[in-house]
Amino acid sequence: MSELSFLIINRRAPYASNQAREGLDAALTAAIFEQDVSMLFLSDAVYQLLKAQQPDAIGQKNLSANLQVLPMYDIDKLYVCAEALATRGLSVGQLVVPVEVLDKAQINALIKQQDRVLTF
Amino acid sequence: MIFSIVVQGAPHTQQSAESALRFARAVLAEGHQIYRVFFSGDGIHDGSALATPQQDEGHVVAGWQALARDHQLDLVVCIAAALRRGVIDASESKRHDKAQHNLAEGFTLSGLGQLTDAALNSDRVITFGS
Repeated sequence: MSELSFLIINRRAPYASNQAREGLDAALTAAIFEQDVSMLFLSDAVYQLLKAQQPDAIGQKNLSANLQVLPMYDIDKLYVCAEALATRGLSVGQLVVPVEVLDKAQINALIKQQDRVLTF
Repeated sequence: MIFSIVVQGAPHTQQSAESALRFARAVLAEGHQIYRVFFSGDGIHDGSALATPQQDEGHVVAGWQALARDHQLDLVVCIAAALRRGVIDASESKRHDKAQHNLAEGFTLSGLGQLTDAALNSDRVITFGS
């Protein structure tokens, strides 16, 4: 089966719904199928990337730990919306994994390049 | 064109569940094919045999079943999402030692690999989010 580019778009905060986990699971599954997977974090999804998450206090599993294993699945292209960071007063230094920060035009171009886009 | 549809919204809760069904009907009416419909997140409730909306409302679960019957659709419910939320088929019910099962006829439980497989075998994947 030929390799396609998959972009997993995340839009949601990490623990308010299960969307973050579903997006991560979809990314890992596509990677196991040996597809070319990248992830884009928009809007409140930038909170998924914050360091020092302690979700065990509310009975949830730590998703940021899973983010750190993404390179083992050859998922090393993580993109973040510049405006989403700025409007929330966040900087790249506060994130748990290396990311590339994109403006709106670059995000449009990124999405356009992809063979398949899945949104969570 | 070959489509796959991802449904993340719960029926009778989020309009995206109804929109997905209407989109599927439109795709087929235009002569396109649907490779698979994948229900994940709260969308797994689309596969509940026990959904009983009021009679003067649309019935989303029955709508999918009718469409599947007419067009041999592959309706796949994400197994991990479904088991967590209490939508379960006969074999999972037995395996987890439950007394009941409630996956609606016409739907099957399977893993996320079916989503990747759908994306690989379709020209377009359309997500109806939550």
